[in-house]
Amino acid sequence: MNSSSGKSYMSTASSSVIWKAGGDVVADQFPAGLRVLVVDDDPTCLMILEKMLKACQYNVTKCNRAETALSMLRENRNGFDIVISDVHMPDMDGFKLLEHIGLEMDLPVIMMSADDGKNVVMKGVTHGACDYLIKPVRIEALKNIWQHVVRKRKNEWKDFEQSGSVEEGDRQPKQSEDADYSSSANEGNWKSSKRRKDDEDENDERDDTSTLKKPRVVWSVELHQQFVAAVNQLGIEKAVPKKILELMNVPGLARENVASHLQKYRLYLRRLSGVSQHPSNLNNSFMNPQDATFGPLDLQALAATGQLPAQSLATLQAAGLGRSTAKSGIPMPLVDQRNIFSFENPKLRFGEAQQHVNNNKQMNLLHGIPTTMEPKQLAGLHHTAQSMGNMNMPVLSHGSQSSQNNPLLMQMAQPQARGQMLNDSTVGLAPRLLSPMGQPMLSNGMATNVSTRNGVPENIRAPSYNPVSQTSSMLNFPMNHTSELPGNSFPLVSTPGISSLAPKVAFQEDVNSEIKGSVGFMPSYDIFNELTQHKPQNWELQNVGMMFNTSQHSNSLRGNLDHTQSVLVQQGFSTGQNRNSTVISKAMFSAGDSTGHVNAQNGNQHLNSLFVDNTVRVKSERVADAAPANLYPDHFGREDLMSALLKQQDVIAPAENNDFDFDGYSIDNIPV
Amino acid sequence: MESKHVHQQIAAMRQSFFDEEVLDEKFSQLEQLEGKDNPNFVEEVFTMYFRDSTAFLETIEQAMKTIPIDSIKVDNILHQLKGSSASVGANKVLKEVNKTRQVLGKGNLEGTKAGILELRKEYDSFKAKLEPYFQKLKQANSVAQEK
Repeated sequence: MNSSSGKSYMSTASSSVIWKAGGDVVADQFPAGLRVLVVDDDPTCLMILEKMLKACQYNVTKCNRAETALSMLRENRNGFDIVISDVHMPDMDGFKLLEHIGLEMDLPVIMMSADDGKNVVMKGVTHGACDYLIKPVRIEALKNIWQHVVRKRKNEWKDFEQSGSVEEGDRQPKQSEDADYSSSANEGNWKSSKRRKDDEDENDERDDTSTLKKPRVVWSVELHQQFVAAVNQLGIEKAVPKKILELMNVPGLARENVASHLQKYRLYLRRLSGVSQHPSNLNNSFMNPQDATFGPLDLQALAATGQLPAQSLATLQAAGLGRSTAKSGIPMPLVDQRNIFSFENPKLRFGEAQQHVNNNKQMNLLHGIPTTMEPKQLAGLHHTAQSMGNMNMPVLSHGSQSSQNNPLLMQMAQPQARGQMLNDSTVGLAPRLLSPMGQPMLSNGMATNVSTRNGVPENIRAPSYNPVSQTSSMLNFPMNHTSELPGNSFPLVSTPGISSLAPKVAFQEDVNSEIKGSVGFMPSYDIFNELTQHKPQNWELQNVGMMFNTSQHSNSLRGNLDHTQSVLVQQGFSTGQNRNSTVISKAMFSAGDSTGHVNAQNGNQHLNSLFVDNTVRVKSERVADAAPANLYPDHFGREDLMSALLKQQDVIAPAENNDFDFDGYSIDNIPV
Repeated sequence: MESKHVHQQIAAMRQSFFDEEVLDEKFSQLEQLEGKDNPNFVEEVFTMYFRDSTAFLETIEQAMKTIPIDSIKVDNILHQLKGSSASVGANKVLKEVNKTRQVLGKGNLEGTKAGILELRKEYDSFKAKLEPYFQKLKQANSVAQEK
């Protein structure tokens, strides 16, 4: 199957075995017997759908409440192949459900709605939905839903193989991605791996699709502990799935499972460390994980930085996350837009920041980064970012929760865009990982100023990022929801940097989805270091967030980033108006592929220049509602993000909604 | 024959629904889903639809009387109505729902009130047409079963 990747992959034979083992689908009769869970609060529609699905010979389970559906899925993780869910439901937003499912179960999810508005559909995309159906749903549309199951499996395989075959260090950044890295094709699919999968997936013929099924692994506490122990033993930077797998020595565990879990874990760590007050702390714990985890986060980071219009971010996230999910199957937690990003606020910020940014200079911070984004776009980004920021902010500074400052959050906050993404469209959370980056880092309840800003929380709180809590989206993926740390709960985060993050706490944040998205944000700590170098001056550059740290950390990042790395844009933000040291949120975009790195590099450079400029003033302007859609993460090439970030900087809304909790970084040492 | 007559009547009624565009092709799709194991599927669906939609409409009408009007709530319910009406093929009802939503979206509350009145009329008329149709259908089926 993955012939495209050119690697010798596991033979389909093995995959077929797995397929059978993993599910009860009989390969021969496929797609008959496909186990579908359909969720819709309208009984009429539910009845009709059930009937239609049965007519397609699927094995249908219907459910009229999202919560019920989620618990059904949790109880029986391998009991379903695909989920179809309505968007508007009373007890839970459909996108949020999408996020949860993506993170926790990595199942393909199809959204449906009577709404066919572009924004809503985009939201579905950004949140990682694999399809979007408009009501009234025709039976013909349902006849082909099995393709999503197959596709996902295929991607998973690919992922698996890739992670297996690729050296950790050089996770195959999708080379091909480079070209389209900035392309919209992948909707902010920052993650290289994600992209890879998608690309490859498209190309590969789906042979043995039915055999692509891989068993889903439930990450129990014990298993996770083993995992964490292995990771710690290897060192987070050096922890590669293969070695982890060997150390864990768990029969039946596939490298791919470990790889995706690792991604999530990294995001989680990032989140935790992101908020750390000390860059140094950050360094230790995170930075490395960035790669993997950031995949989905990129968007968030971007969003946080406000560069990305929330919506774009969401989109991106969705895209990115979607992709990553494809891999991991975790759609970006659809962070409820509402909670995640308080768009409103961030928007303002963004608008300002953006303007500011534009004025100032186009922040060339992102030299490297193709700033294709027009100011307008940036504005849009900001908007989104704002929203994201709000959202992200939670991640960052989940002030309440995490003791740790999430520098990540900060970064995340920045990506307000993310917030948007999250907000609006429940950005497809990066699969598994926490793609929730988009999610509001805000989730943390923290008043993150960050939310709107590019991560520059007004009160840059050094304190912990609560990536956990806030960003619930970030890494929460599984956790977001109710304390359920899905198998992946990383309570065992042992990263030094992260002070006992109670992952649970974080995750449980209301914003579950948020965190999910925010995963992307794992700020690379390296960046933080860099930031610290920067002078505290008023960082007006709040939008700095978009610093692609990659350059600096490119090394480290690179290694990490290969996969879907989301480029962490580090934004050095100076929050607040006139605050000198604001949290510099570095949004690290882990560019999925090396491209991310490139950006990062630029980002770094820019960051410096950013600081110098300080023009970024967090203004409480509303971020122009840059149609988030414009900014669409899909196309969000880095440059967009960068631009967004840059814009963000300007936009960094001043204290107003500075919810950004940039806990992570206090920009005292921001080097200029 | 009586039953034949009834069947003819039913067919004529049905056809008139399509001619008047009260129903659209979605309805036929639903009919196709019926089978031996659930011969009354369409009727069941419509029973559910009428039950819920009546409640929705009443809620909307109530909401429109409160001050201030909770337009988000109204919009949400209209959205619900949109989905279910579309799913059963209630064409004219759907059109009214969409129209009203648009007006509401523009913030025109007075217009919304008028729209809801129209919607109510259309819905009542729709219900008045379909319910006897299903009754006759049931009657005809049971007669056929007896035979």
